[in-house]
Amino acid sequence: MKYMLLMQFSAAGTDFPSIDTWTPEEITAHIAFMREVNGKLSADGELVQAEGLAGPQQARIVRAGAGGAPVVTEGPFAETKEFLAGWWIVDCETPQRAVEIAAHISTAPGPGGRPLNMPIEVHPIMSAPPQEM
Amino acid sequence: MLARRFGDFATAEDAVQEALLDAATQWPAQGLPDNPRGWLVQVAYRRMIELVRAETARREREDRAVRREPDLRRTAPAADESLATDRDDTLVLLFLCCHPTLSTASAIALTLRAVGGLSTAEIARAFLVPEATMAQRISRAKQRIQDSGVPFRLPDQRERQDRLAAVLHVLYLVFTEGHTASLGPDLRRVDLSEEAVRLTRAMHALLPDDSEVTGLLALMLLTDARAAARTGPSGELISLADQDRTRWDAAAIAEGIALVTRAMARGPVGPYQLQAAIAALHDEAPSAAQTDWPQILALYQVLERLSGNPVVALNRAVATAMVDGPEAGLAALATLAADPRLAGHHRLDAARAHLYEMAGDRERAVAHYRAAAGGTTSLPEQRYLTMRAARLAGGAVDSRP
Repeated sequence: MKYMLLMQFSAAGTDFPSIDTWTPEEITAHIAFMREVNGKLSADGELVQAEGLAGPQQARIVRAGAGGAPVVTEGPFAETKEFLAGWWIVDCETPQRAVEIAAHISTAPGPGGRPLNMPIEVHPIMSAPPQEM
Repeated sequence: MLARRFGDFATAEDAVQEALLDAATQWPAQGLPDNPRGWLVQVAYRRMIELVRAETARREREDRAVRREPDLRRTAPAADESLATDRDDTLVLLFLCCHPTLSTASAIALTLRAVGGLSTAEIARAFLVPEATMAQRISRAKQRIQDSGVPFRLPDQRERQDRLAAVLHVLYLVFTEGHTASLGPDLRRVDLSEEAVRLTRAMHALLPDDSEVTGLLALMLLTDARAAARTGPSGELISLADQDRTRWDAAAIAEGIALVTRAMARGPVGPYQLQAAIAALHDEAPSAAQTDWPQILALYQVLERLSGNPVVALNRAVATAMVDGPEAGLAALATLAADPRLAGHHRLDAARAHLYEMAGDRERAVAHYRAAAGGTTSLPEQRYLTMRAARLAGGAVDSRP
């Protein structure tokens, strides 16, 4: 079963300062942790994909306008302070395992090397239909 | 070679792949044949005929015209037949794979598949896309070439320079893609930079007198020579100024310098040679401070006139700062900011940050580093810029190793 783990930051769910205000050592430790997570998931055969997203100021919201032409607005992220920072897709045996991976990612170190305990959303991914319906 | 004989690119490629598979299973058991290349050509030729026959049979069933019948009456060449035509065939194949009717992404994929001999799975992994997506990209590219009716021969003199520029651009993009790979340590990923160097070397062997082909090979070698020192233990980027120069590849530097020196002496001088010459000046310098910045500045000025690329202008402004001080560099950047192609570009912020840092204006430097970090779409670069901001904001300005 595949799961999508979303690293979603919001004003309500996060109580740490943004990463560009951390010390170099704190940033290095955080990045090393993430690399280790990906390396481990890959070695265990559980990693499908992991991506980090560009900064929220580059995000856009697109709707179809008259005649299907795109109408583009900048994301409302600046006001709500809510944005998607990245995701993992993992393929694992049980829902418990997906939760376990999410909890581990949540402990990524932040200021002072303390775990951020950031919120990670776990979404089961819809799969192909079974052979017999 | 097969593609030329049969005029059918896709089938010829399949035949070669099958011949290689045969080789992989037979050679370890039976030992290497006396003429491995001839052996491969002969086996591929037989496979080609089998494939064409199967294809022909299918077409007959579908009441299609049997267009390839005459080819079946041909005999396979002797294994020791002269392979002088190989030379041109590789070149023609490169020109075909980088044909201007293809999108850049397709041209890159097709070149790696058909000329580089990588498997579709390997190429897909290298670009982090699903294999099915890459297979589709490649087969569409082949179809497009087939439909366009481009003949399998070297482009004529008139369009040769443009077509060659397209080939060099594709090779250059494969190389830079290899340099910007970001997602964790994946040992199964082929090294795209190495692959690009290999292909450009082959190209240089075929066109030894073309100064831009030589220039591109030199540029790749001189850039790749710094690869080991370019990233730290956590994959973080290390700027040229802070790299441990003892870890640079001296042999690659020597080869690159020899190549670019020869190319520029022969001319005509083009953008790849100029970039290679700049890389050579960096590679020769014992430290950032002892770099021949006036010479680099002069080369950037020529390159800027030649290419009109605004990113080159940014680099020229940074070189200006190294020669005449950060204020001169910032003044040059201020002029560039009016260029709509650079407005809001994160590289402009990054260059400003760098020059403000040089000038000791910590506050402005931090603000521009952060703005640049928010604007980049490269993960390692984002981390690098965030780190620069953090280092300055924390007051640890001299924490360089």
